[in-house]
Amino acid sequence: MLLNWRQFLRDSAPCREVLSALPRRRWLTAAHSPLSHPRRTALTFPGSPWLYLVAGMLLLGSGRLSAQDCLGCHSIEGLNSERPALTIAPEDFENSIHAALGCSICHTDVVEFPHGTVEQPSCAACHSEQVSEYESSVHGRAKANGDGDVPNCQGCHGPIHALQSVSNANSPVYHLNLPATCGKCHGNAELARKHGIPITNAYQLYMDSIHGRAVARSGLLVAANCSSCHGSHEIRPRNDLDSKVNRKNIAATCGACHAGILASYFPSVHGRAMQAGNLKAPVCADCHTAHQITRVDSESWQLELIQECGTCHEESIRTYRDTLHGQVTALGFTRVARCADCHGSHEILATADPQSSVSPANRVRTCQQCHPQATASFAQFSPHADPKNRERNPGLYYTARFMNALMVVVFGFFGLHTILWLVRSLLARSRPGKPPEEEVWIQPPKEDR
Amino acid sequence: MPPTDSSNTLRYYFRFRLSHRLLHGLLMGSFLGLAATGMPLRFPQNAWAVSFTHAVGGFRAILFFHLTFAVLLTLCFFLHLGQILHAAIIKKEAGIFWGPTSLVPQPKDLRDMLQHFRWFLGLGAKPRFDRFTYWEKFDYWAVFWGMAIIGTSGYMMWFSSFFGRFVPGWIFNITLLIHADEALLAVWFIFAIHFFNGHLRPGNFPMDRVIFTGRLSERELEEKHPEEYKRRIAAGSLAEIAADPPPDWLDTLGKIVGSAALAIGFLLLVLTLLAFVAN
Repeated sequence: MLLNWRQFLRDSAPCREVLSALPRRRWLTAAHSPLSHPRRTALTFPGSPWLYLVAGMLLLGSGRLSAQDCLGCHSIEGLNSERPALTIAPEDFENSIHAALGCSICHTDVVEFPHGTVEQPSCAACHSEQVSEYESSVHGRAKANGDGDVPNCQGCHGPIHALQSVSNANSPVYHLNLPATCGKCHGNAELARKHGIPITNAYQLYMDSIHGRAVARSGLLVAANCSSCHGSHEIRPRNDLDSKVNRKNIAATCGACHAGILASYFPSVHGRAMQAGNLKAPVCADCHTAHQITRVDSESWQLELIQECGTCHEESIRTYRDTLHGQVTALGFTRVARCADCHGSHEILATADPQSSVSPANRVRTCQQCHPQATASFAQFSPHADPKNRERNPGLYYTARFMNALMVVVFGFFGLHTILWLVRSLLARSRPGKPPEEEVWIQPPKEDR
Repeated sequence: MPPTDSSNTLRYYFRFRLSHRLLHGLLMGSFLGLAATGMPLRFPQNAWAVSFTHAVGGFRAILFFHLTFAVLLTLCFFLHLGQILHAAIIKKEAGIFWGPTSLVPQPKDLRDMLQHFRWFLGLGAKPRFDRFTYWEKFDYWAVFWGMAIIGTSGYMMWFSSFFGRFVPGWIFNITLLIHADEALLAVWFIFAIHFFNGHLRPGNFPMDRVIFTGRLSERELEEKHPEEYKRRIAAGSLAEIAADPPPDWLDTLGKIVGSAALAIGFLLLVLTLLAFVAN
């Protein structure tokens, strides 16, 4: 339709003169791809003002405005000093995803030239699904409550007249650019405190994480960015049951990429407890953290993980610390067995389960991972022996009792012996007169040596 | 302190021969090494333990040093056994197994101990000790027992795969407990009781260098071991142990080595006591 209208305009003789006098510009229509035209960076307005007036009247007469028509005014620097956004760099718009749609698709209320007050168009006219997701999101709800800090569409997607497709590397929401975009707010501790966001430096933490490095340093499109876990338009707080990062949804969220892990986690004792609604059951983020996810071969993480298991398995970590395994890891070394080395990680099964790596049937094989010569006899070692438990560890129990008694007897006797001796010697020394024999420190004169 | 002896020529006698002093030196060095490299593992939750282990070069390094000191102490143990056998079989010194010069506890030791307590309480005179006092014998046998227990349990853990073929695995739970507790007992005993008895008590303060110089003055011998002195006078065998005065260099070496050992020992004592109380 537009094409026909332009055809008409071009073919009509009175207009031809006017048109030729107008600056040569690209027609911002579907028929004229921006790429097929040489780029012009500066606009000039040759000719006298009345020429424009005629042109404007002609255009009005046609009943439709083109982007070029609008930009005739809206590309002027300082068009409205109070609202600088009214000035649009033509090339920005020409390169934007919406270039082909022109202006009046959104600005439906502009039908005459010059125009009066213009309503802010709603993105929902086309993107109704995304906008309704946004409106129910943590951002959208805050916006509705009058929060001026939260982003609207442009807050993330960039200026509306320069909008780029999410697949365009220049878009602020392009996979590799999104972290920095979210980080504008979520790397600002002051903003986070103001809005009661518990993690004040999510951006900084993420950028140091394995995902952040994969995105920022390796440029991987397959590595998770903010929206991979939190969603995009529909971001919800983690205590919201529909949030992608709610405890009950985290496994599925991570599993969207880590499908193999999810498959082994779900049948595990933890995975089953989680699916049964046990909120204490560990989910991915409990061990791997959320924004600070490191490589699993990071020693510091491996050691922290022991403490993490210990937050629920208190008894097990206490008895583990009594063994060489627990002592060496407590010193900060990973050379010895940690929880996951024996119990497995995602696939942990209850000891009673025959499939478990620590079931009586599999125990020797598990020990053999580190102790290749381990036998069934060797595997009777208890990695969680409790010296206070007489039923399970009678030998250890009585040995511990004996050692304690030995300590008490030895130090009881010699403690008393030492104190009495010290007191007596000091008393004897302080007594005037001849010092008792034993207290004489005999030092031969130098010349006698 | 000014000399209390009126005569200008002090006579000296050997209490410890060179071989005993060298052996004590080996024992002392390896024990200090074992304590320093073992206690961090006993109290791994403490910052000093973590720092020291890292400073030494990590777990592998500290384990290497621990095992090296263990081998040295084992060597010391067997050298001493050799010494005993040599004295018993070659030199035919029957007295080392029983009698006034033996380290084997005698009925007199019990009497001495009771008398010592009486003296502590002001109820009697000081006991007259022979060549070895009862607490010295306790020290000796405590170390003997300790080496056997800690050594055996240690070697069982070192070669756990081998021993695991003969003993059930839960024995290793026990060996670690014994190894750790007996070691703590030994460390506290040596660095508190032995240090006091041997060095810090008034009369010996700040340290008794006889273990380094090997020599006692006649006066010291008479005061500290009156029965031995009396017996040798009676038998006319005092000349057998006659010694030259302790050389200056040896005395200085004794001061340096002794002070270092005392300092390391006290540091370990304080750190382990604090860690024990905190746990």
